[in-house]
Amino acid sequence: MSNIHLESVYVPSDEVVARVIMDELIIVPLAAGIGDMEDELYTLNETGKAIWYRLDGHLSLGQIADVLAEEYDAPRDEIECDVLGLTAELLRRRMLIEVNPV
Amino acid sequence: MTYITLRNRYNQPLFTKGAPVLQYLDIELTERCNNACKHCFINLPIHDQNALAKELNTADWQDILRQAADLGALSVKFTGGEPLLRDDFAELYLYARRLGMTVKLFTNARLITNGLAEMFSRIPPLEKIEITVYGMHPETYDVAACAPGGYVEFRRGVERLLEEGIPFIVKGALLPDNMDDREEFEEWAKTIPWMENRPSYVMFFYQRGRPCNLALRQKIDHARINPEKGVALISSRPDYRDEMKQFCQQFTHPSGAQLFNCGAGIGGGIDAYGFYQPCLMLRDPNLTTNLKTTSLREAVLNTRPNLLKMTASRPDFLERCAHCFLRGLCESCPAASYAEHGCLDQPVEYLCQVAHAKARDIGLLDEKEKAWEVQDWKERLENLNTKESL
Repeated sequence: MSNIHLESVYVPSDEVVARVIMDELIIVPLAAGIGDMEDELYTLNETGKAIWYRLDGHLSLGQIADVLAEEYDAPRDEIECDVLGLTAELLRRRMLIEVNPV
Repeated sequence: MTYITLRNRYNQPLFTKGAPVLQYLDIELTERCNNACKHCFINLPIHDQNALAKELNTADWQDILRQAADLGALSVKFTGGEPLLRDDFAELYLYARRLGMTVKLFTNARLITNGLAEMFSRIPPLEKIEITVYGMHPETYDVAACAPGGYVEFRRGVERLLEEGIPFIVKGALLPDNMDDREEFEEWAKTIPWMENRPSYVMFFYQRGRPCNLALRQKIDHARINPEKGVALISSRPDYRDEMKQFCQQFTHPSGAQLFNCGAGIGGGIDAYGFYQPCLMLRDPNLTTNLKTTSLREAVLNTRPNLLKMTASRPDFLERCAHCFLRGLCESCPAASYAEHGCLDQPVEYLCQVAHAKARDIGLLDEKEKAWEVQDWKERLENLNTKESL
């Protein structure tokens, strides 16, 4: 997580397709090497979904944490931790790319 | 905290708030095939002009795939005929994958090119490709498939998938022409890295589901294996009988007059000409919907409730099938009945004989018994493992 900064902006990779079906957010790998096995798909929990929808290539991670803290009336520190945690997981799985990295 | 979970959709339910309107879609891209197997009910010649003129075009299929994705379908099967005969196969495959659907491909592998294998490597289907095998030598394959040079092309296609590491499984079509290749086929299947189980076989063939000439129907009749012999072949596998007994205890019981006890309509199939069918086998025009005039949503929503209300009216079905406790074991169904007789509720004698042979093989019936006359079927099922069922 050390290379992930709150000022950074991310967008879903075009190597995955995110689908919302029956309120579930399902991430279907498109490119090889993301899903290691056939028949396997990814789902996000409620926290993950709330963050994913805001990874739009415009909001920085810090701004996402601000928006969510206001929306969910939750401690900013906790939300920031969730935003950084999910971002790390998604980056590890090649599901996100950074916009205009410095 | 775990924000993201990897789920095997076949073992772990993906949805907690009910299932989507359309759970899967089977697409028959063409009825044309580069094989002309004697047993097959769907293998028009490659250049059949009538079929070519009627087949949906690329944009039509893309529209249907888009509708299917909007209805929640996560998986699409491309089958045929031979789906790789379509010039736009790669385009449709990529379109489906980019919609976030996984793709199951049913093929004979003869048309797997380096380009296709490379595409599957780059954008994997996320489901194992299923390859039907018609023999292990040119002398058997080419005769069974009526396709000179077919065997060489099939092996080349398989090699291309192996080289690229594309997961696939093989299944056999057992015909009089290739029966002697079975052991060799099973040994070869063991060498395929993605074969978790022994290969399955098609051998109790369906008749043609569309009107066609008598000679073709007779070909299928002749390709049908004797039921006792067919059951003897599959029951020689280790664990077959135990698995079959467990299956029967779980799924076989009389189902009364209700016609559809299956998953028809939960997903659905679309034939090469754009007609939605509750399952790909069911060709009854009264149960199909033309997607050129009706949306896929309407077709799906209108079909399943109607199927569940349908009951049999033919006396032979009501006397036999309605009371038969082998119903779960029997491959006869409205689709098979329609293919054989042109109606939904007439017993298919051949499949009835197969079900009885299977039941005799595991000790559920004796030689002369008819399953629909058996009164103590519950006790027989309960006692299956104790060998006291008769």
